[in-house]
Amino acid sequence: MALHTGRGFACINYPIGMNLGGDPSQALVHSTPDGKFKVTLSAIDLGQGMKSVTRQIAAEALGVPIADVYVDTADSDTGPHDMGSFASRGTHRMGNAVIRAATEARRAMLEAAAEELEVNAADLETDGKGNIHVKGAPSRSITVEDTAVAAQFNQGRTLAGRGIFLIPPSEANADTGEMSPVTTFAHAALVVDLTVDDETGEVSVQQINSAYEVGRALNARLVEQQLIGGAWMGVSHALYETTEPYYPARDHMPGDFVEYLQPGPGQVADHHIAILERPAEDGPYGGKGPGEMCANPVIPAVANAVYNAVGVRCDSLPITPEKILRGIKANGGARPQGKF
Amino acid sequence: MPKTPIRFTLNGAETGVFANSGANLLDVLRREAGDLTPKQGCAQGGCGACSVMIDGELHLACLTLAETAEGRRIDTVASLETGARLHPLQKAFAEGFAAQCGFCSPGMIMAAKALLDTTPNPTREQVAEAISGNLCRCTGYEPIINAILTAAAELRGRGAA
Repeated sequence: MALHTGRGFACINYPIGMNLGGDPSQALVHSTPDGKFKVTLSAIDLGQGMKSVTRQIAAEALGVPIADVYVDTADSDTGPHDMGSFASRGTHRMGNAVIRAATEARRAMLEAAAEELEVNAADLETDGKGNIHVKGAPSRSITVEDTAVAAQFNQGRTLAGRGIFLIPPSEANADTGEMSPVTTFAHAALVVDLTVDDETGEVSVQQINSAYEVGRALNARLVEQQLIGGAWMGVSHALYETTEPYYPARDHMPGDFVEYLQPGPGQVADHHIAILERPAEDGPYGGKGPGEMCANPVIPAVANAVYNAVGVRCDSLPITPEKILRGIKANGGARPQGKF
Repeated sequence: MPKTPIRFTLNGAETGVFANSGANLLDVLRREAGDLTPKQGCAQGGCGACSVMIDGELHLACLTLAETAEGRRIDTVASLETGARLHPLQKAFAEGFAAQCGFCSPGMIMAAKALLDTTPNPTREQVAEAISGNLCRCTGYEPIINAILTAAAELRGRGAA
């Protein structure tokens, strides 16, 4: 009996969003009478940070302080159309829709400000602190709040914008099957170091080293946190989680959180992440989106590391101690595949 | 359904409720006392989202018979904040990105508080053990453990000052 160390590697190209039907997202942006802006979306923030990142994007495109922007993800009864929060599409699709809506709202805001200042809207710029002024003449200025009040009560104008992001639908070529499934790929490479106990079949992940290329990391701390949490989920998928019973009868399936296996806080592996930024041409400020690829590369890397450690190739998930022990037995013993 | 009058101190305030007989403390805190900070995740003691302190001890509110709270001091995560000032644990969770969806945070923070009340200078392993009854599906636990260690250091600094 022995503990065998193993190292596994995996890399992925991960498509951002999908193509079928054009994958549309819509956004609406409007000002309140006191010069704050509301972004209305139908996609949902599951905790991944979509509200934060669309808020940043809207503030940037409007040219107003981030504190003056609210994001309402409402619901599908009251919001504009959206395909939803899946396929790692949130930042890219909704972000692009928000930029378009915010850009239209900004145009209306500058036109209203221009009317108050009696200048040409093209000569105006924002300072990002809640003021609009004539380029090169900061003293000729009006606050966003006063602009909104004037638009509302004097000019009879709304400071609002609509945005939709729709990619060109691509049907598969009937003869060749060729199509453009996505417009943007994110990328990742990941190395897992683990140990396998050839007596118990137990796997312990020791360390993860990864590099993720996510376009521009629009909120670097959120990206890092999403990657750390997602890799944990990848380890959980690889080694623990299943709704199928481990043993023959279906009634052995986990029925609650106590029986549904996941790694706990005592099984956290060190994870060193390098975030590479290669801004996407069609991304909002270059952003793509980490999304599902946080977890994806971990699974093949764990499977490869188990093979490296004991020579057992598991082709179904999760890679349980039982499967490893059966594999070791079939091979007539552990067969370490050598050190990297 | 018969109602039982129960009085307890909730986050420092004298509180009286009429609870359904046999109700669990989590339901009473949320529905009768109006404190929505303890969360119901599994309602069977498996997730820790409902963790509260009873007389300074960590308990799962969903598994606590409400009548047993009579005359006792109950503290939820809402007890930690004083005015606009966040408790070092809350601050460390926020600044350390120790939450994504945030549903586990109230229970995590109470579990951490229970640890730091008795163990002001915990090891990483002690922190992991202290939150081992609390499930988090988003963060991978590492940011939570780091945040608790950060808060512990800040609390120790305050004690020395």
